[in-house]
Amino acid sequence: MELKSLEMQRTLRAFAIILLTMSAFFSLALGAGQEFPVPPPPFTEGIFPCSQCHASMETNRKKRELKDEHTQIRMHHAETLRWCLDCHDAKNRDKLRLYNGELINFTESYRLCGECHGNLYRDWRAGIHGKRTGSFMGTGKRTYLLCAHCHDPHEPKFKRVTPEPPPFRPTDRRNVK
Amino acid sequence: MSNKNYTRRGFIRSLSVTALAGLSLPLLSSCSREEREDFLQKHFLEMTEEEKKQVIAKLEQRYFEQYGRKFQISTQEALPEILWGYGLELSRCIGCRKCVYACANENNTSRYTRQVHWIRVLRLKRGNLINLEDSEHYYAPETVPEKGFVYLPVQCQQCQNPPCVKVCPIHATWQEPDGIVAVDYNWCIGCRYCIAACPYKGRVFNWAEPNLPKDEVNPNVHYLGNRPRMKCAVEKCTFCIQRVRQGRYPACVEACPTGSRKFGNLLDPKSEIRYIIERKRVFRLREELNTESKFYYFFES
Repeated sequence: MELKSLEMQRTLRAFAIILLTMSAFFSLALGAGQEFPVPPPPFTEGIFPCSQCHASMETNRKKRELKDEHTQIRMHHAETLRWCLDCHDAKNRDKLRLYNGELINFTESYRLCGECHGNLYRDWRAGIHGKRTGSFMGTGKRTYLLCAHCHDPHEPKFKRVTPEPPPFRPTDRRNVK
Repeated sequence: MSNKNYTRRGFIRSLSVTALAGLSLPLLSSCSREEREDFLQKHFLEMTEEEKKQVIAKLEQRYFEQYGRKFQISTQEALPEILWGYGLELSRCIGCRKCVYACANENNTSRYTRQVHWIRVLRLKRGNLINLEDSEHYYAPETVPEKGFVYLPVQCQQCQNPPCVKVCPIHATWQEPDGIVAVDYNWCIGCRYCIAACPYKGRVFNWAEPNLPKDEVNPNVHYLGNRPRMKCAVEKCTFCIQRVRQGRYPACVEACPTGSRKFGNLLDPKSEIRYIIERKRVFRLREELNTESKFYYFFES
């Protein structure tokens, strides 16, 4: 009888320890992956994962004009110096590639942008450059937009937009009965 | 001399009773019970919790009849250790007026036959930022930003030393502990002294009964903020008091497509607004008037 209960205790303790270590591991892993609460990256519909097409294709590292696919991409981002594979990883197309060879997810693309635009990356991390929505305080949901949500990474300069209508003048008939 | 019963005391007593009856007669007989209640409603800061509840219930009923929606009127008080501050980056603002209309939708302002906006986007010639007299806010080009111009959105600057509060003869507008200058629309008599006193043109007057379409109503409101107003009430930006007291960004911050608008707690050294003040080139509009505005414009540096 006593022996059995001892054994039970031991197994229970082992279980508890395993559970604890697992939870600690998962919380750490999640914490590392979710440094900023970013929404899903702005992919064209159906284009991700990239590997669904690229896995069966041979890698062509030559800089060229794309004729079959991705024809809508116009490169205006230091295009003389740059090519797709400077940012997209050649082997794992579902990842981006930092300068030091580290592969990162598209949800962490700010790290890639920050490699050149260091001062803007510093401000973005503080919430000054870029846009944050939701709750800035308390327990509510918060969202920090990625660089790519506002700037097209292939041609990042903002396009001109149509402004909303001006306010009615005091003499406007929509303002006077 | 002969009539000793007719004393001065008696005369004054009967006179005062007559005067009281005469004054209260039109008040108590000629108006309905609802109007009487409205007339005798206290100032918001002097109401007890019980009285606030009664007023809220009355207003919710009235708004339901008028707009056909169930309103949630909050009377949430200022949170401790907070002073709200706003930042706006002029080098990024493109003058698209998205904030103007996001503000109108959030804050239930009148849409037409007196359109009311709380944000005014000024267009100035580049290099001419201090001459606000030369600004234009009816600009309507095909696309923005235009070459050679900068855009300067102006709304209530939530001054720490507000001239509008000083001139109000009946204390219908006052500064909340978190720095927001609030208006009790029911207490306001519509004298418009505050409009004359404001150096930023931050306040607007309801010349007519506001026109707010039923399907564009925002039913989540605050008593001191975006609840539907009435004719003859002065209104202005409240930093979206109904949102920021719950820790949410104001509507204009969320609407800005370039992320020029920033918001935070000036007393929190880790907030976004403190980061801006400590590291960027900031200025405040008409600082020489000593209004101590809490609206910081800044440039990329």
